Amino acid sequence: MTAYLDHAATTPMLPEALAAMAAELAEPGNASSLHSSGRRARRVVEESREQVAATLDAGPHEVVFTAGGTEADNLAVKGLYWQRIGQDSRRRRILAGAVEHHAVLDPVAWLREHEGAEVVWLPVDHLGRLDVDVLRAEIQRDPASVALVTVMWANNEVGTVQPVAQVVAAAREHGIPVHSDAVQAVGALPVDFAASGLDALTLTGHKLGGPVGAGALLLRRGVDLTPVLHGGGQERGVRSGTLDVAAVRALAVAAVAAVARQPHESVRVAALRDSLVAGVRSVVPDVALSGDPDPAGRLPGNAHLTFEGCEGDSLLYLLDARGVECSTGSACQAGVPQPSHVLQAMGVEDSRARGALRFSLGHTSTPADVAELVAAIGPVVERARTAGLARVHGASR
Amino acid sequence: MRVLAAMSGGVDSAVAAARAVDAGHEVVGVHLALSRNPATARNGARGCCTVEDARDARRAADVLGIPFYVWDLAEDFTREVIDDFVAEYAAGRTPNPCVRCNEKIKFSALLDKALALGFDALATGHYARVLRTGDGTPELHRALDAAKDQSYVLGVLTPERLDTALFPLGDAADKKAVRAEADRRGLMVAEKPDSHDICFVPDGDTRTWLGARIPSRPGDVLDTDGELVGAHSGAAGYTVGQRRGLNLGRPAADGRPRYVLEVSTADNTVTVGSAEELVTDVLAAGPPTWCGPAPSVGDTLGVQVQAHGREVGCVVEQLEPALVVSVPDGLRAVAPGQTAVLYDGTRVVGSATVGTAS
Repeated sequence: MTAYLDHAATTPMLPEALAAMAAELAEPGNASSLHSSGRRARRVVEESREQVAATLDAGPHEVVFTAGGTEADNLAVKGLYWQRIGQDSRRRRILAGAVEHHAVLDPVAWLREHEGAEVVWLPVDHLGRLDVDVLRAEIQRDPASVALVTVMWANNEVGTVQPVAQVVAAAREHGIPVHSDAVQAVGALPVDFAASGLDALTLTGHKLGGPVGAGALLLRRGVDLTPVLHGGGQERGVRSGTLDVAAVRALAVAAVAAVARQPHESVRVAALRDSLVAGVRSVVPDVALSGDPDPAGRLPGNAHLTFEGCEGDSLLYLLDARGVECSTGSACQAGVPQPSHVLQAMGVEDSRARGALRFSLGHTSTPADVAELVAAIGPVVERARTAGLARVHGASR
Repeated sequence: MRVLAAMSGGVDSAVAAARAVDAGHEVVGVHLALSRNPATARNGARGCCTVEDARDARRAADVLGIPFYVWDLAEDFTREVIDDFVAEYAAGRTPNPCVRCNEKIKFSALLDKALALGFDALATGHYARVLRTGDGTPELHRALDAAKDQSYVLGVLTPERLDTALFPLGDAADKKAVRAEADRRGLMVAEKPDSHDICFVPDGDTRTWLGARIPSRPGDVLDTDGELVGAHSGAAGYTVGQRRGLNLGRPAADGRPRYVLEVSTADNTVTVGSAEELVTDVLAAGPPTWCGPAPSVGDTLGVQVQAHGREVGCVVEQLEPALVVSVPDGLRAVAPGQTAVLYDGTRVVGSATVGTAS
């Protein structure tokens, strides 16, 4: 049996979303066409838009469907930057969290390399939480120069929830737009777009039980941005491209279901996560939990653990061979593990960061999954430590 | 056996992994990340260090239905192979980075890690054979196909290392047959060009690559009598046996071509001489590594000093503390830093790094 403990990468589709998607795939029709098939498709899209909006307390006109989280993040970061600097050429500064996902990190860095942006990476504390005082100071230093602020809702690696409300409060008084990548949060934490005060929020299907390749940018009414994709003018001209009706439908079904289940599901998953951490600790006493130890400050399904003296790729292989699927949590470049920028920003030494694994639970997780990991982890860590020592000795040979 | 197959993304290692699967082993593929910032695509006929190669290796593993991982050995590779390569050239020597990589990375860092993780053996796509004697002792032999034989770059492996090495391509008829086999197996890398040159020099221009890493200052070119015959732009930029690019102002007295005989980065001099002076009949090397039983003084063996060089007869003159062999027919242009590999028939006896050739 396989214990799938990588829900933060992709969580299995909810049965109702899969059924809705399969049914919709069989239907013809381009949502931009004027004939009846097109009208039918358009109706499905608009109903889906209304459902996504209602479930996250946004207006239907505030939902821009995209082909996933990365596209929504690119649209928010680049679109807001170009719009803001177009209005006022002094607005060159982007204030971005140091622990953002690469879908935010890289567009920001690209704007610096190619579009003259000045970037301030906002530091985090040892738990991975943004220092709001630094953000305030950076804004107050020269509010007129800030194009946008982008801070994720919750971190994908270590699960730390960010103080988004305080970030918004700090930016709001100067009229600076704030974007938040909330792909890990929607369905896992209460997310209310209207109440958040955010100007833009990213969500994606495959983290909440919907399909891969469908996502959305919630864009506050009245906030303009420059499109990244140009073409047929779909999505109010903000995001051209024929809509994937079946994927949009499934995204909406999944979002509605995930948000409805979130209050009790997050309690169930958090309890499971706590038993995972306790179980691993009972076998490997010196395991360290990264991120916020207070459950209120982290994603319910996230357990980010570091195993001293081990290499993440050894652990990954040994667990995979025993049917336990997890992740090192950090980004790969063509499968080449890179040092985690998140752990670096948190001040974790490289030697410890090397032995990091992210276990993430979700809607299909059961106590049996946790038991399987707990049964495997002891011999796996022991063996990985031997391999780690072999490496150290090999290097000195 | 549980076998870890090193997969570069090329045709040889893919077929080697496939053969290990066929042999009934439980095989896991691994691609070595040897650069932290790999180029995204290959330039020319290089293969092993790009994102494209990693993807090709992964795809081959998918076709074979085996798990696949990328292991980051960039730090080890940089320290043990690249830095060593530069340091050797800076010292006026001519190293073989492939030999070094096998000794320090593939059959050291990688093999140690594999064994520690519970693997029984490491399979690579090298063309060489491990044969077992009656009591199971491993012997390293040349590949069946002499044209593709790569036993030279494995001459640094001890019996202990050979015991856990698998070279499934050792008895392949030739490269064409391996390509045909890859094609038959549905491996998309069947037509991929062979890799050659040095994998970490992106465009194959080793001289320029080294020039950017080794500070050079102009110095004297001398003849064997110590007479000044020209100027050079930096001693480390010259290799023993080199004839072109010497820009000597004065022709040799006999009007015949002159070659680099010696490079001294300590004195920043390059010594040139005739073709005859380039030939050595005694090879003095460093402490040897034996792939099996050590030979005896007086043994008549073969010696090869380049990966694609030919083997010539030699007589063992000294074993300790360093290897010395005499070469009755002479060897031309042997540079310090090269690896001398000894053969007894097809069997690899061992190797040592050439010190001074006299």
